[in-house]
Amino acid sequence: MTTIPTQEVTGAEVRPRRISRASTGADAIFAWGARAVGASVLVITGGVGLFLGYQAYPTLKRYGLGFFTETQWQPDQDVIGIAAVLVGTVSVAMVAMFFAFPLALATALYISEYAPERIKATLVALIDLMAAVPSIVYGLWGFFLVMPHAAELALWLQQHFGWIPFFDVKDTNPDAAVWDATRYTASAFCAGIAVSMMVMPMACAVMRQVFSQTPPGEKEAALALGATKWGMVTSVVLPFGRGGIIGGTMLGLGRALGETIAVVLIVSPAFEIKPRILEVGTTTVSSLIAGRFGEASASQLSALLAAGFVLFLITLVVNTIAAVVVNRSRSGVGVD
Amino acid sequence: MTVTQPPTYDVSPPPATVLPSYDEDAAPAVPRLGLGRPSPDERFARIGSWAAGLGLAWVVTQRLLPLGGLPWFLIAWFVLGIVVTAVTAAMSGGRVEVKDRVAAAVITGAALVVGAAVVSTLVFVAVRGWKPLLHLNFWTDDMSGVGPKDGFDHGGILHAMAGTFIELGIALIITLPLGIGTAVFMTEVGGRFARIVRTVVEAMTALPSIVAGLFIYTVFIIALGYPRSGLAAALAISVMILPIIARAADVVLRVVPGGLREASLALGASRWRTVWNVVLPTARPGLATAVILGVARGVGETSPVLLTSGAAAFLVTNPTDGVMNSMPLFIYSNVRSGEPVAIERAFAAASALLLLVLILFTIARLLARPRRSSRRSMASRFRARRPGFRPEQEEFAVDLVHADPLVGMGPVGDADPYANPSNRESS
Repeated sequence: MTTIPTQEVTGAEVRPRRISRASTGADAIFAWGARAVGASVLVITGGVGLFLGYQAYPTLKRYGLGFFTETQWQPDQDVIGIAAVLVGTVSVAMVAMFFAFPLALATALYISEYAPERIKATLVALIDLMAAVPSIVYGLWGFFLVMPHAAELALWLQQHFGWIPFFDVKDTNPDAAVWDATRYTASAFCAGIAVSMMVMPMACAVMRQVFSQTPPGEKEAALALGATKWGMVTSVVLPFGRGGIIGGTMLGLGRALGETIAVVLIVSPAFEIKPRILEVGTTTVSSLIAGRFGEASASQLSALLAAGFVLFLITLVVNTIAAVVVNRSRSGVGVD
Repeated sequence: MTVTQPPTYDVSPPPATVLPSYDEDAAPAVPRLGLGRPSPDERFARIGSWAAGLGLAWVVTQRLLPLGGLPWFLIAWFVLGIVVTAVTAAMSGGRVEVKDRVAAAVITGAALVVGAAVVSTLVFVAVRGWKPLLHLNFWTDDMSGVGPKDGFDHGGILHAMAGTFIELGIALIITLPLGIGTAVFMTEVGGRFARIVRTVVEAMTALPSIVAGLFIYTVFIIALGYPRSGLAAALAISVMILPIIARAADVVLRVVPGGLREASLALGASRWRTVWNVVLPTARPGLATAVILGVARGVGETSPVLLTSGAAAFLVTNPTDGVMNSMPLFIYSNVRSGEPVAIERAFAAASALLLLVLILFTIARLLARPRRSSRRSMASRFRARRPGFRPEQEEFAVDLVHADPLVGMGPVGDADPYANPSNRESS
């Protein structure tokens, strides 16, 4: 039986309880412990960035702007610059995105809109698995399987589109009876194909994620108004997913810029500003580091770290733009 | 005051209803097979277009133009198939129909290209590397005293596998508490400092893996003077995957429904108890996925290991004791050697590495699978009768289809899947 408490409130000491958000006891230990972990991670990760900047400073101070305009990398003769290396990095990444972007977009659209419902989950898992395949495997694939065919494609491109400066190859005769295959292999083009396989699944996963968040009501409205499936895609899915498309592409670009091992396996190093992507030889920042760290002295290490710092800044800017674009767009924002 | 007359309208009688006349000459109505499914005519046009494209491609590549080889044939088939599809679509519908059919064909074709690329990668590596895999000594032996030209009945990858597991184990011991602890700090404690940490961690996911390796090489090996070792490689891998795991775990923790936290706090639990007994158990499958995907990334990265570990041909089990090999490094150095036998061995090691990644990935997917009440296993039904069973764990298990940690590495990590109520029903 429930009884009503009969205790009288005595005295005039009834005050509102003091409200405080400050943690006490175990909670305080938890909060401070978590804060300590966060601080240590901040120190570790931030420390890497600061260290890179600190190490890069002497090199940048010594060579000044020449560091960005000099093409040769000859530490013995005190000539160091990353102009050719940066151009190589960008050209490999551009070739990769040229292949990866349309494939990623089409695959994401296929999975989210066209694929039969039964195999959708399998396809999603397959794309995620592709993203987890080690880059050295794609390097092997690009080096042994794709490169001979890519060289033939490069020859064909030169024969028919050689007047475009990108598709020119110096010192060869494209119409010769026996073509010189070595001039067409180990190029930025071949490396770009292998790198595109690496970045495609990542870009595709982001795009698919955003497409899958398209409000079904709007899609059904478009179909109910008589739109074809493609009309529905162009009028609802693509505008809604624009942020995801741009963001996923930028994310893939950031990965493509930093890719190392596939590029090291495929390209042969050349220090030259080279818009001719089909021609043998190029260098990227990461392949420069992988190739030169072994014999580097302290000052050369500082120069390599400076190159790595520049690469880090570029990928950081690309990733930040991607994050801003995705967060500013309508994609993924609460919709009814 | 005048009384206004009610206005009068000129109302004509409504037109009489006309019965639809039956057209004797019209063709009988074709019964529809189903909503949205193509009729036999349409299906014939779609399949027939591709058959026509196949024939045209044969004529063009084999008889008309000097374009030999399978690649040209496939390209010609694709292009001509699209052209014929466009023509047949134009015969039955207008421009809209043509665009729809062509777009569907192009998108499906691109997806097939991607599928072919994946399959070719996996099959190519397996075909080039299956022979050494069949020898038992490949799994139980190391490469000490084995020359690059020796046959497959000598030597193996035991040292590389052991090295990979040791390096990853150390890296996990470092990154697991730090990464998940940081994620807990960012989501559960919060504040201005947490926002700074989150910004820095997100920025550091952009760090190229080779730069992480170069950092450890410069600090640990050059400046501090330690030799190249498995420990250095583990540190390099840790620096690389720490931001990835922290960010992915952050994404997973952020989609734990706020109602669960509030319910726990409202019942009088402390914040610490809420995190330990409600938030972390709810997010456990997602956290496991985040960690495993980070590990899968770390397993395959060659560049940080290349700079820091050195390569030993023999089994090394002490991570601080000099050089140590690992799987990606073994593959890389064998490919670089140029010997056909060594290259085949590299392919075999690549197959083993792929297998490892596949196993890790499958575990991650199984852990992350959203639980459905209709597919409850016997075990969970049995557990449901047990006293002390907490059904809310089943109800609110984090839906990883929409909070995919892999995608969380990307910029859409901030999108809150639960903001869209329709997401909860789909899939």
